[in-house]
Amino acid sequence: MGEVSLVEVSKRFRLKTEEGEHVVQALDRVSFSVRDGEIAVLIGPSGCGKTTALRIAMGLDRATSGRVTVDGAAVAGCGHDRGMVFQHAELLPWLTAIENVMFGLEMKGLRGRALDETALRYLDLVGLAGSARRRPHQLSGGMKQRVGIARALAIDPKVLLMDEPFGALDAQTREAMQAELLDIHARTKKTILFVTHDLDEAVLLADRVIVLREGRLQEIMEVPLPRPRGDLAALRGTAAFAETRYRIWQALHEVPASGAGDRARGASDAASHSKPTP
Amino acid sequence: MNLPRWAITTISVLVFLALWEFFGRDVNPVFGSYPSAIAEAFVALARSGKLWTALFQSLQPFVVGYLLAIAVGVPLGLVVGRFRTAEAAFGIYVTAGYAMPLVALVPLLILWLGLGFAVKVAVVFLMSIFPVCINTWAGVRAVPVTLIEVGQSLVAPDSVILRRIILPATLPYIMAGIRLAVGRAVVAMVIAEFFTAISGLGGIIIQSANNFDTATMFVPVVILMVLAIGLNALIVWIERVVAPWQAELAGRE
Repeated sequence: MGEVSLVEVSKRFRLKTEEGEHVVQALDRVSFSVRDGEIAVLIGPSGCGKTTALRIAMGLDRATSGRVTVDGAAVAGCGHDRGMVFQHAELLPWLTAIENVMFGLEMKGLRGRALDETALRYLDLVGLAGSARRRPHQLSGGMKQRVGIARALAIDPKVLLMDEPFGALDAQTREAMQAELLDIHARTKKTILFVTHDLDEAVLLADRVIVLREGRLQEIMEVPLPRPRGDLAALRGTAAFAETRYRIWQALHEVPASGAGDRARGASDAASHSKPTP
Repeated sequence: MNLPRWAITTISVLVFLALWEFFGRDVNPVFGSYPSAIAEAFVALARSGKLWTALFQSLQPFVVGYLLAIAVGVPLGLVVGRFRTAEAAFGIYVTAGYAMPLVALVPLLILWLGLGFAVKVAVVFLMSIFPVCINTWAGVRAVPVTLIEVGQSLVAPDSVILRRIILPATLPYIMAGIRLAVGRAVVAMVIAEFFTAISGLGGIIIQSANNFDTATMFVPVVILMVLAIGLNALIVWIERVVAPWQAELAGRE
C-alpha cells in the first residue's frame, strides 16, 4: 500500500515587504488523495502553492491547519514512508553518487554489504551503476537527478514526492527523464506525487492531474491515456493527448465561478505578493 | 607574462631582498639591518645552538594552544551557528572575544596561571580560537538550507545533520578561519614570551633588542614569518586532501 492524502490542509505565513506585513494564504483547505500505485501530478502557475503542498506532504513544512495521512494514518514530520526528489537534485557534493544513495540507506539503519548492494541496485535502476564513483560535479544535470531519484527510491518509501525534478533540465534530457520515470514507475509500482508547471509533462506522466490555483484546489482530472504509454513523442501527436492537455489548460485559465469570486480575489492579491516556492 | 606562480613569487622576494640589502646598508646598524647581516646573525645563532633551543621552547606552547583552539573553536562555531538558542546565548561572547585586547589581560593571566607553559598556551589559545569560531559560525549560516532538508527528508537525526552535512559543507570556512588563526597565534606566542619568563624566540628578540643587536633581533622575526608561511601552505594542502571537492567545485583544479 502507498496512499498519501492531504486533508483540509491550509498554510498561512507572514511576509514582510517594504509596504508592511502581509498574511499570505498559500493553501486554503486543500484536500486530495494520491491512490496506491498511481502518478498524480500537481499542477498550477508559480505561486499557486503546489510546492508548499508537496513540502507539507513530505513534512518539511508544517500545515497551519489540516493533516497529512499515509495509508490512513496521520503523519507528523518526515518519515521513511515518503521519499523526496528535490528540484535541483541536491546531492551532497562531497559524496560520490553511490555514497549519496547510501547516506539515505544508512539513516534507515542499513549497514555492511546490504548497504552497498542496495545502493548499487538502485543506481542500476536509474542506469548509473557505471558512474557510481563519480562526484556530483562530474555528473550532468540529468545524471544528478537520476541519483536524486535513486536516493529517494532506495529507502523504499511508500510514496515518492517529486518537486519539479525535471524543470531545470534541457528539453531533450527532460523528455528522456520523463520516459525513464514512467519506466521506473512501471517496474516499481510506486505511488508518485509529482509537481510541475509544465502541461505536457502533466499529461504524459499522470494518471490524474490535480489543478491548484491561488492556493485552492481547482479540479482533479483523470488522464484517459492507457499505460504503458510507449513512445512519448508519438503520444504527444495523438488527439487524446491534445484533448486532455486542453482540458487542463482550461482548468488553469477559466474564470473562477461566482461566489468564490471575493475569496479568489483576496487569494489572488495575496498570491501576487507571495513567493512560496523557494 | 605567463610565468608560473612560484616563479613570480620568487622574483618578488628576490627583488624585495635586493632592495632591502641595497638601502639597508646605509642605515645605522642600531636602527635597522639588512638581509646579509641577518643571515650572518642567523648562522651565529644557529651554531651556538641557542636558536634551536628557543625555537623548540616556542613551538611547544604554540602547537598546543593552536590545536586546542581548533579543537574547541570548530565545535563551538558549529553549535553557535546551528542552534538558535546557542547563538543567542553565546554568540555575543564570541564576537566580543574576537575584539578582546588580550595584551592587556596577559598580566592577569599570569596571576592565574603563573609564568610557565600554561600561561603561554592560554594566550595562544585565546588569540586563535575566535577567528576559528567566528568563521565556522559564518560557514554554518551559509550552508544551503536545501542540503539540510535533504538530511531531514531522509530522517537524519540532528547530530548526523551537523556532523555529516553541515560540517563538510562548512569546511572551506573552517579552513579559512584556521589560516587566519595562524597569524594571530604567532603574535600571541611572542607576546606571551615577552610578558612571562623571557624565553624562546620572543626571548631572543628582547635580549638582542636590549643589546642594540638589531641584526640578531631580526632572525626570530623572520623565522616566525617563514613559519607562518609554511603553516599556511600546509593548511592549504590539508584542505585539498580533506575537501578535494571544493577546489573542483570552484574550478581551481
